[in-house]
Amino acid sequence: MNQSNKMIWEQSIPGGCHWSGIVRRGLTLRMTDVSGGANAAVLFFNQEEKLERYNMADTLKSQHTFRLTRGHACYSDMGRIFCCITADTAGWNDTVCGLSDDRSISRQYGMGRYQERRNDMFRNGLDGMLIELGKWGLGVRDIVANINFFSKVTADAAGELVFHAGNSKADDHVDLSFMMDTLVVLSAAPHPLDPAKNYQPGTVNLALMATPPDMVIDCANIAENKRGLRNTCCFYAGNGEVA
Amino acid sequence: MNAQILHESRLNPDLAVVDEICAAGEPWVKKINKGQTFRIVDLEGNQAVDTLFFNAHQVTERYSATDTIHRQNRLYLTTGSRLYSNLGKVMLTIVADTCGRHDTLGGACSAESNTVRYALEKYPMHSCRDNFLHAMAHDPLCQQLGMSKRDLPSNINFFMNVPVTEVGGLQFIDGISAPGKYVEMQADMDVLVLISNCPQLNNPCNAYNPTPIRLLIWD
Repeated sequence: MNQSNKMIWEQSIPGGCHWSGIVRRGLTLRMTDVSGGANAAVLFFNQEEKLERYNMADTLKSQHTFRLTRGHACYSDMGRIFCCITADTAGWNDTVCGLSDDRSISRQYGMGRYQERRNDMFRNGLDGMLIELGKWGLGVRDIVANINFFSKVTADAAGELVFHAGNSKADDHVDLSFMMDTLVVLSAAPHPLDPAKNYQPGTVNLALMATPPDMVIDCANIAENKRGLRNTCCFYAGNGEVA
Repeated sequence: MNAQILHESRLNPDLAVVDEICAAGEPWVKKINKGQTFRIVDLEGNQAVDTLFFNAHQVTERYSATDTIHRQNRLYLTTGSRLYSNLGKVMLTIVADTCGRHDTLGGACSAESNTVRYALEKYPMHSCRDNFLHAMAHDPLCQQLGMSKRDLPSNINFFMNVPVTEVGGLQFIDGISAPGKYVEMQADMDVLVLISNCPQLNNPCNAYNPTPIRLLIWD
């Protein structure tokens, strides 16, 4: 994306912290791993009908992929595309490992309460998601398999997983170009397979920009995504658009 | 696929407390009590069985693909695999498996995903999500728990083969199952099982010919 492209807003999410907000279609959310090794656990919901949500299986099946990167789309369970990944400098985003939770974080890093650590307390992915979802009237029933941006996990022939520490370097970024008005829910807590000894999840910077023309051309190279984009246009038909 | 070890069961079907057939393309719902053993038999081979588990007393606790994957560091299911809930608890443990590998990634087919994956004209075809929603609308056990579409996370596909490559590819290929293959699991808590005996005709997951399955429960 062009550096001269005007930034609408910017927000820093310190490691471990969480965020949610609406991103309108036609806008691109850039997530930047500020110091390297960050994890951004993310779920998407249709802002108008929050029963429609990101669907891991449909996203993987439609594009015959286990990892997500530039040129891939993030699908809802209704055959529509929340967003296309239009830039990804780290090259791999995990789709299947889900969230850390209170027990896994305290087992790995020990006690990290607010009382002793103030805002450096040890936050976990599941609770971060639940807090953000609660702000929108959603809850545990709305948590499904999420994307872990910046994190790389591979599988061998037997299905055994390997977490690749250091996949994402300082200033690596992922651009999500939105095709739907989307509730984005994000936790920057550690990836559940991250073996780091100390609790020091990386900061994720968020920046919102207008999507330049033709940014989703890569995504539309996949025949399935052409149909997904068509389904998405149908949803917004009546706003002067033709599917 | 390497080093798959198949484990047979010693349980006698004549002594099962539940022994039912689920026809091709239909849903099936049952309660399985803690300690009971549940078997799914692929009667004619290469039949995907889309399966979800819920805490029988609290619908907010349910099978979680991501917990099952990251807590065992493994994508595929076989004997010894534990099926974890979204609250990190073991719901069931696989105790016998003559197939050798079951899928955690492929999810369920739906009218909407069929339009994306195959063609817009595939929308009217029967699908697993239609089965899940039909069961939720009619089955007394689902109704008692107040279940709805909100309660549909990513499911297990028993007998389905979805290999992932080291470079991150994913394929649906012909099943590794065969007539009479089965998988058996013991319940670690009281669970509700919700099955769609997959009606998908557009890919090889059912060998293009969906067939019946047999379901047994032992005390």
